[in-house]
Parts: sequence; C-alpha cells; structure tokens
Amino acid sequence: MSKFKKKKSDGQPAISTASLPDIVFMLLFFFMVTTVMREVTLKVEIQTPKATEVDKLERKSLVSYIYIGEPIKSLQGTFGTEPRIQLNDAFATKRDIIQFVEIERENTDEAERPLMTFSMKVDDDVKMGIVTDVKQELRKANALKINYSTGKTDKIVD
Amino acid sequence: MARRNAPEINAGSMADIAFLLLIFFLVTTTMDVDTGLTRKLPPPIDVPPEDVPEVKQRNVFVVLANANDDLLVEGEPTLVSDLRRKAKDFIIGDANNENMPEFTNKNIPALGGMYPVSKQIISLQNDRGTSYDLYIKVQNELVGAYNDVRNEFAMRKFGKSYKELEELAKTSEGAEQQLDAVKDVYPQRISEAEPKNIGDQ
Repeated sequence: MSKFKKKKSDGQPAISTASLPDIVFMLLFFFMVTTVMREVTLKVEIQTPKATEVDKLERKSLVSYIYIGEPIKSLQGTFGTEPRIQLNDAFATKRDIIQFVEIERENTDEAERPLMTFSMKVDDDVKMGIVTDVKQELRKANALKINYSTGKTDKIVD
Repeated sequence: MARRNAPEINAGSMADIAFLLLIFFLVTTTMDVDTGLTRKLPPPIDVPPEDVPEVKQRNVFVVLANANDDLLVEGEPTLVSDLRRKAKDFIIGDANNENMPEFTNKNIPALGGMYPVSKQIISLQNDRGTSYDLYIKVQNELVGAYNDVRNEFAMRKFGKSYKELEELAKTSEGAEQQLDAVKDVYPQRISEAEPKNIGDQ
C-alpha cells in the first residue's frame, strides 16, 4: 500500500561530515604544537648569507640572538642607514653587549649555562668592523660559543 | 519529578570554530629551522703572554681578506671557489714537501698507536671593511675543507662518513673513539687574527 511507499533513491547519499571536526582538530593541534611566535620585532633589515656547511641550532631556549643590519625603512629617518645592533627589542651599542650576555645568563638554568649559544643574525651587506666589535665584546663577556646565522644552499658562488 | 534529559548541544558549528583556529595557526606558523656556522671564540686575553710559542711559516696557511673583498691566500690572489681545494691540500699535507706543514707522531689508540699528525694551522685575517658576505663564504669554505678531509679519512679508515660517525658516536663507544681519532688526526685549527683597519671602511 501507499503507506509504506519506498522512498525514491535520489542519486548518491551525502557523505557524512561528522568526522570532519576530528580531522580539523588533528591538524589544528599539529599546527598549535609546531608554531613558534616571533618574539622580537625586528628593527633592522636582515638578509642572512648562505652557506653549505651549516649546523642546525638545537635547544632554542639556550640560544640568544644578536641582530646587526641597517635600520628598517620607517626608522631610517631617525636612525640613519648605518648598520646598527639590535638586542631584544631595542637598538643597542656594543657597550650594551656585556650586560645583555649577563642578563641572558641570569635567565638560564645554572647547569645549562655552558651550553648557551649566541647567534649572530647579520645582514650580508654589513662590513666586518661592527661584527668584529661585537665578537670582541662577546669574548670579554666570556660568551665564546657563537653561531653565524646562515641559510642553507648547495653551492657557493664567487 | 522525572529528570528530563538535557537537550544535546548542537555540535554542527564545531567544525567552523576549529577551522577558524586552524587558519589562524596556519598563518602564524613559521617552520624555519635556524641554521648557521657554529664557531668558538678564543678566550679573552688580558695581558699578552710573554713567550708566544713560535709557529713556523710552513705550518701556517694564511688567508687575508681586504676591504675590496679580494682574497690573498698564501701570497696569491685567489677566488673563493679555489679556496677549498687549496685548504684541503694544505690540511692533508705532504711529509716530503719542504713548504708543507711538519708532522709529529701522536698516540691515537683507535688507529693502533702512533700516527703522524700535521701541525697545520689556518690563519684568517680580515679587514674592518671586508663584507660579512665574503667573511661567511671564507669561513664556510675553510670549515668545508676540514669536513671534506675528515670525511675522506673516515671513509678510508673506518668505511663510514664523518656524518655517520657523528651520529653513531651518540650511542656507540667504538664509534666515539673513531670519531675522536678522526678529530685528532685532522684537528680544526682556524685562527682569527685581531682585525686590522687598513683602507676605507
């Protein structure tokens, strides 16, 4: 009878989207775990050089960064175009480096202090003069483990 | 009174919320791994020591970089691309050549006793006006020369590349000894002279 009329099968049944949130959540967690928020706003322009014999920097919590480069365009009116040193969020001079090293040391667990690395992110147009000054200050502060931040490439060109 | 079942919350918009968060993290995430050349600085010297041990000229490989980004290697103008080969020849050395570094015998147990080790030192000096780009290239080539030499030696003696030895050394003691042996035979000695200020900045 017509009471139990068969439903007309109208094409294919819709795919169940019930598991979609699960999939999306999985992706979400992946990105939440891997994401690293940028801690400092760069006030200098940095294009690091490329090298072939690079090591990976492990233990990010033990790495402190020193940035050297020309001030960014919007700050050039105030600070000029001479390369400058940036520590944390502010411009600094080479005399601030010893203090910077001390503060970074204070913030690190005592057992791990010998493993601290100071990574220098330097623009490739910068002259060695300012880099050498920074290195000498790091020596004075007894921060001897350093790293020149470079990208990886397959071949060095002249 | 009979407890009524609480109505189920509609979870249909859950996907939208999750998507929103997902897109936020997708946009903010940065996957770059920090890489770089790791170097060790010499400890600070307050008073210059009186008797500096003399290093013979033949044991030193001199690399000079000037403010115009020209390289002078052992007195010859050189391109960066030739630096690695020259440095490798120097590091490997030749016991019969008067101009190549001297050898001393050193006790290296993993190689079965005494082994001749070159007294090589690479000296790098740059001007304050040298560009950082060139400096990194030179550093890279010198480190690369050491790595190449060590790699070839490790392959010849132990049948493993230097990288493999480094990996194995974390777990195996035998590999650690082999790694130390390679490092003992070809120690990385890159000495950086105090910078000079010649020429324009």
